[in-house]
Amino acid sequence: MSAETATGGIAYWLRRLGGGVTGGIANLGYASRFLLAILWYTPAAFRRIQLTLREIYFAGVLSLVIILMSGLFVGMVLSLQGYESLKRYGADEQLGILVALALVRELGPVIAGLLFASRAGSAITAEIGLMKTTEQLAAMEMMAVNPVARVVAPRFWGGVISMPLLAALFSALGIFGAYLVGVRLIGIDAGAFWGQMHAGVDFWPDVTNGIIKSIVFGIAISLIAVFEGFGAKPTAEGVASATTRTVVMSSLAILALDFVMTVFMFRGATGV
Amino acid sequence: MNRSTIDLWVGIFVAIGFGAILFLALKVGNLLTLDRSPGYRLEASFENIGGLKLRAAVKAAGVVVGRVERVRLDPKTYEAIVTMRMDNEYQFSKDTIAAINTSGLLGEVYIGLDAGGDTQMLKDGDRVTKTQSAVVIEKLISQFLFDKASESPGGKDQAAPGAPPAPAPAKAAQGAKK
Repeated sequence: MSAETATGGIAYWLRRLGGGVTGGIANLGYASRFLLAILWYTPAAFRRIQLTLREIYFAGVLSLVIILMSGLFVGMVLSLQGYESLKRYGADEQLGILVALALVRELGPVIAGLLFASRAGSAITAEIGLMKTTEQLAAMEMMAVNPVARVVAPRFWGGVISMPLLAALFSALGIFGAYLVGVRLIGIDAGAFWGQMHAGVDFWPDVTNGIIKSIVFGIAISLIAVFEGFGAKPTAEGVASATTRTVVMSSLAILALDFVMTVFMFRGATGV
Repeated sequence: MNRSTIDLWVGIFVAIGFGAILFLALKVGNLLTLDRSPGYRLEASFENIGGLKLRAAVKAAGVVVGRVERVRLDPKTYEAIVTMRMDNEYQFSKDTIAAINTSGLLGEVYIGLDAGGDTQMLKDGDRVTKTQSAVVIEKLISQFLFDKASESPGGKDQAAPGAPPAPAPAKAAQGAKK
């Protein structure tokens, strides 16, 4: 009797595990097909470039304030903390290179990506989800307008184009914030600050790898956002949970992709 | 929000975005530093370059006058040959001494140049003949231990200065001290 319930319980959990895995794989398949559909309809979407420009405005330009402010403060905090640690070894002149490498390689793309996912990705999901709920997407199909070309592809490309620019701005403002605190406030020699940074940061691979990361994050965030919005249940609850899933999934995707890319990118550069 | 306002803002956004990438490439990274100052090349051979890295500074009196461009091993003499790219505005005499120095105990390794009094100047492709190798801390420590060991308590067996004593008595002396 008890053995039967035990096996029943195990079977129940195994079934849930299996269902979760197959559901996840099926979702991945839908997402890939959705990406292919977006790419397929991209030429049609770009024929009306104004739609994409509008999405760059909403995803990129309106995210500028939060990205710039966060970059400035992250740079200033890094500068203060880095100075405290480096001072112990008498290496406080290395502050510039520490801050620049941290921002350009990791923090710029990752934090800009997280902010972008919560600021723009959630908005894209909510917008598309609400369009679906109010049957605007269905109405478009009735009028022989493809919703992927008209609604989804411009939002996807708006995100993909905005993200690297925002990440670069984040890094640049962070380095400026580090300069403000390190040179202006603490009083590190400005020549050493910029000189060390200049000597220690390479365009290849440091800056370019950061840009590649931010492009990959842009693709991941935008795809997750439009996919969740397009697949949302057409109810208020469905849109709400889709928006939440966008932020959670994007954040996890950013951190996981960042780890994987770092392993491949900087293994050769550092010789580890 | 009409069309031209959106266009304007997107234009500003893309422009400052590319400005940031340019800033990262030129001011933070070193994309164009080598092309901007062509300079001339000097070579120097060292027995040991320690932790010298590519793009390490070449300094004279503390002023950066060039960068290390290439490091390779001479297959015949087994010495390291360092190629330095020097700024055109600085010229050095033929009897300049090149030494591998470290700024501080943990600081960066650089090549220090001490100018001599020769009237002839080094030209592109010339070799700095007087060099001083890197000080390897491990060698210094072992040297110190050997010297300590050679000073026996009675002070009777005086080793000839400069001649390294055999390692066996050194170990014995160390053991005796403990």
